[in-house]
Amino acid sequence: MNRKLLKKIAGKVGFAILLLAIILFTVFPFYYAILTSFKSGSELFSIDYWFTSFNLENYQAVLGQGSFVTSIWNSLFVSTCAVAIAMTFGLTAAYALGRVQFRGRGSVLMIVLGVSMFPQVAVLSGLFEVIRAFDLYNDPLSLVFSYTIFTLPFTVWVLTTFMRQLPKELEEAAIVDGASPVVTLFKVFIPLMGPAMATTGLLAFIAAWNEFLFALTFTLTDDQRTVPVAIALITGGSQHELPWGHLMAASVIVTVPLVVLVLIFQRRIVSGLTAGAVKG
Amino acid sequence: MAQHTTSFTEHQAATAPAIAAPRRRHGRMQRQRLRAAWLFLIPMLVVLAAVAGWPLMRTIWFSFTDASFSDISQYGFIGIENYLVYDNGAWYGVLADPDWWQAVWNTLFFTVVSVGAETVLGLIIALTLNAQFRGRGWVRAATLIPWAIPTIVSAKMWGWMLHDQFGILNDMLMTLGVISSPLNWTANPDLSMWAVIMVDVWKTTPFMALLSLAALQMLPSDCYEAAKVDGIHPVRVFFRVTLPLIYPALMVAIIFRVLDALRVFDVIYVLTSNSKDTMSMSVYARQQLVEFQDVGYGSAASTVLFLIIALLTITYLYLGRKQFGGEA
Repeated sequence: MNRKLLKKIAGKVGFAILLLAIILFTVFPFYYAILTSFKSGSELFSIDYWFTSFNLENYQAVLGQGSFVTSIWNSLFVSTCAVAIAMTFGLTAAYALGRVQFRGRGSVLMIVLGVSMFPQVAVLSGLFEVIRAFDLYNDPLSLVFSYTIFTLPFTVWVLTTFMRQLPKELEEAAIVDGASPVVTLFKVFIPLMGPAMATTGLLAFIAAWNEFLFALTFTLTDDQRTVPVAIALITGGSQHELPWGHLMAASVIVTVPLVVLVLIFQRRIVSGLTAGAVKG
Repeated sequence: MAQHTTSFTEHQAATAPAIAAPRRRHGRMQRQRLRAAWLFLIPMLVVLAAVAGWPLMRTIWFSFTDASFSDISQYGFIGIENYLVYDNGAWYGVLADPDWWQAVWNTLFFTVVSVGAETVLGLIIALTLNAQFRGRGWVRAATLIPWAIPTIVSAKMWGWMLHDQFGILNDMLMTLGVISSPLNWTANPDLSMWAVIMVDVWKTTPFMALLSLAALQMLPSDCYEAAKVDGIHPVRVFFRVTLPLIYPALMVAIIFRVLDALRVFDVIYVLTSNSKDTMSMSVYARQQLVEFQDVGYGSAASTVLFLIIALLTITYLYLGRKQFGGEA
């Protein structure tokens, strides 16, 4: 009996250690970035595991740079527009793919899935030519255009999965009443798709907010850049003189809103991610 | 039952003209729905063609030209010289460039090691989170943090933690006595790829964990109870029962991650810039395209990368066709 109890306790302790290790593994780098962002000057070069100072100098320096604030606005603008475009075209397409049986449906779904797996670099020179032709080089609008390549297929794919989960009876009632497909979509489905659209929109927004390759290639000057590029290009005199305090402050500024969003919407995000992949 | 009936009538509606009169109204509705479906789809397909199809075709076309980044409208057709050409006793072109093959090897190594590690770690986290304990929601939320952080930011955060002089990781390892002097993680050719893999594993393990957890939560509990009654060891239960049952879902997650890892760019570019020791295929192609301004050559590299990924995708779609070809 005693041995059984001991085994039980050992199991509990082991589990607690495992949990602690998981939390440490996932949270520590972010915690350490926050810790570093509050250090200034030579404090940076002493290694601490706990908060030793609350110096806002780095934050003031980063937010005092007009270009960083501009890049936040650029990111917001680009991501919002990209999501809006993806939603507009994605919802109608998802209705067709999720609710109507027609020949070629499987092929369309495969095209959509195929495009979402495109290596971005494979369209880089072709997109560059298009952007040059429309005179959008070094303009955030070029990013709105190019981000559609990943936000649209993703939106279509996830919304289709959500559309399929809605009961068929809804539609039958609308058909019996003689409603046209457009009316059915707008009056029956879109009101019910609110949560699904919020989830999909949030995931697409995060993807657009985090994009780097196109943003790095299609913009040139500081005032046109998005946040990831702005952070990647914060430099000092050389590799060893990187202003780590500023870097960490900038990182924390752009990450905290995302982390808060994710914590609030975690249930939705999990459902969106699994709808996007497990069903695929 | 209701579902079954509907699919039956739908099937009939599709063959309605042959059955004639009483179904006519239904048949008209069905045709209207089909027309509407295509009207709804066409705008999306046109946009996809504009942002993906056309640029891809142009990239492939550029790979046969000598176009330059500074003026992309002036170029001449040069055949397959960007891929492979024999000139003055030596081979030139992407396929003859040792740096390209180094990039291919780096990408494959990165993909296999990081996706492998993510799968194992993700499964461990998923199994832990699948247990009942207080505060489970909070731990699950915590595991989402790395996923939410932009890749660039996580690369910078780790770049600081991996700093050769002031990095906390060296400090930890030295305190634990694992290493005796600080390591230069990102510049040492033997270590830099491992540094990149470490960051990627940290960033994407949550994705694997969440998808594995979703699969675990859909498992029926009765076979576990049976195993428990029979007194079978939990490890054996995992390999004999759990793993085979979640295997299909896990496979989908792995394939998504593999295709994603093959086009890796951000982590490597930010952490080690254009170092040859870690350069991936995407980094190589972009360097040729933008930094060396050689659109033709860069496009050739991009095209090869595209073909590799397309081949894998087609294989996957072909194998997985049964999964989503027919079901409504």
